[in-house]
Amino acid sequence: MAADRLTDVMERYEAVIGLEIHTEITASRTKMFCGCPVAFGGEPNTRVCPVCLGMPGALPVPNEAAIEWTVLAGLATECDIALWSQFHRKQYFYPDMPKDYQISQYDLPFCSDGRVSVEVDGPGAAERLDRGHALESGLLTGDAEAYTTVIGITRIHLEEDTGKMVHVGGAEGRIAGADYSLVDFNRAGTPLMELVTEPDIRTPEEARRFAQKLRQIWLALGVSDCSMEEGSLRVDANVSIRPRGATGLGTKTEVKNMNSFKSLHDALAYEIVRQAEVLDAGGVIQQETRHWDVGAKRTSALRSKEEAHDYRYFPEPDMVPFQFTEEWIAALAGRLPELPDARKARFVAELGLPAQDAVVLTSDTALATYFEDAVAAAGAERAKAVANWVTGEFAAHLNAAGIGADASPVTPGALAEIVELVDGGTLSARQGREVFSAVIETGMAPSAIVEQRGMRQVSDSAAIEAVVDRVLAANPDEVARYRDGKTGLMGFFVGQVMKEMRGQANPGVVNDVLRARLG
Amino acid sequence: MPISESDVRHVAMLARLALSDEQVTQLTEELGAILGHIDELQHLDLADVQPTAHPLDMTNVMRPDEVRPGLTREDALANAPQTEDGAFVVPPIVGGGDDA
Repeated sequence: MAADRLTDVMERYEAVIGLEIHTEITASRTKMFCGCPVAFGGEPNTRVCPVCLGMPGALPVPNEAAIEWTVLAGLATECDIALWSQFHRKQYFYPDMPKDYQISQYDLPFCSDGRVSVEVDGPGAAERLDRGHALESGLLTGDAEAYTTVIGITRIHLEEDTGKMVHVGGAEGRIAGADYSLVDFNRAGTPLMELVTEPDIRTPEEARRFAQKLRQIWLALGVSDCSMEEGSLRVDANVSIRPRGATGLGTKTEVKNMNSFKSLHDALAYEIVRQAEVLDAGGVIQQETRHWDVGAKRTSALRSKEEAHDYRYFPEPDMVPFQFTEEWIAALAGRLPELPDARKARFVAELGLPAQDAVVLTSDTALATYFEDAVAAAGAERAKAVANWVTGEFAAHLNAAGIGADASPVTPGALAEIVELVDGGTLSARQGREVFSAVIETGMAPSAIVEQRGMRQVSDSAAIEAVVDRVLAANPDEVARYRDGKTGLMGFFVGQVMKEMRGQANPGVVNDVLRARLG
Repeated sequence: MPISESDVRHVAMLARLALSDEQVTQLTEELGAILGHIDELQHLDLADVQPTAHPLDMTNVMRPDEVRPGLTREDALANAPQTEDGAFVVPPIVGGGDDA
């Protein structure tokens, strides 16, 4: 899907997008309504009991911790917490739901009417073609390169996850043409939060940023491991388009099966263009569920969406309602950790970091904690230098190794040591990077590596002057051209001196000496 | 009539009930009588009455988040008509679902 095709369509149509995000509460030890453990994978049907197998007469009892986690999630997204709530039965027939109904929530969810602010910057910001106007009218804040949009949260309710099915025969485990299916109920009954947003999202990039932001909040809370690959975070999107300037809503489609943030973006971009092509050709949009095929990079129709009342919700007779008090909610609010937005603001206000560094650091809870630990070791006055290392060298190393900040062989203390050595002038920046790589390879302490390799930055002017003189003598033509005004050659001279001194010279002193000699 | 025969057939389809024409006629009458009674209740002024959420006058019944022993896989699968690799075998599914 070419980006210019999307731009072309978005000039004529506005997209209206809402997300439904399911999150498994992996922080819960047990399932939603029984004492079976919550875990991923394992041999089929080894974490099951009469309740999660839906056997007649079994009595489901709600898990208090899962309800607390859901309320915490609601508080973290500025939701109102219901003082009166209950579970409902949602009826449908599918083999992954052994009771033939799912215990969910209907008109009395635990959390409703929240909001999450989402920063959109980089090339993706340009997808919002009307951002100039929206910034003027106050709908968005920030500027055209980096704007913030506030996405409403309609509700967060709690339900139970389904089992897993494997389709046998037919083409490659696809449901169509399968000979039969295998059902594993290990996942059935896992506590599952469903968050529904208002249709406040206008571009595929905003949808991606929202989902990423929500993941950061959930990770900071610790409610879930939020693994899109393992299915503990699942994002579905409702999308419709309307002519620019129109206020009514077009017919929407629901897009499923997007198992990465990139897929979420690409599937929405595809779907917006597809809908525009249908409308441009004089057709009508069918309300339907469409499946994203990541290989073919297209969506295809799955089935017609059942009307909501076909689920025949009614109050769950096996459970009594919940009556929460303001005191209980306030006590839970006291358990909220610092959330990414607050942490970002603190990094700017207390540590004096540029906003851009703070955004990068707080985009990953483990990275932000690593940064804070390193600053604690190096001293707050070196916060900016530590931030440069963490967002630069360290982030690149995590990327290359495919690990999280808490799994790196470079401990926060080791990074702090390197920053101090470079900041204090003992090592050049280049030597610092060499020590950094050596820590990854050997696991040794930076000071031990410096000792072992005899790495010291040479700041002694006499030693540097001698080398500078040799370099100038060996390059008379360049010296002449420099004196004729080719001052850009300074970099060449610095490079020659550094090469001769194997990178150990203090670049500041080298520059000073060169300027004095050439001046 | 507060409910039509086609409503009854629709609800029966959703519940996967196979009804004969006679049963449809009979249920349309019986459900109509029940809905007629509900309709009478709708005319009462209940503005100040809290809905009954549950016949038991209890709230907040929960359990602590503690693992309890479940079934062995052998027991779990004991009544399954067909199993394979520790999983329940079900016939091929036509149409969608998986709507959690």
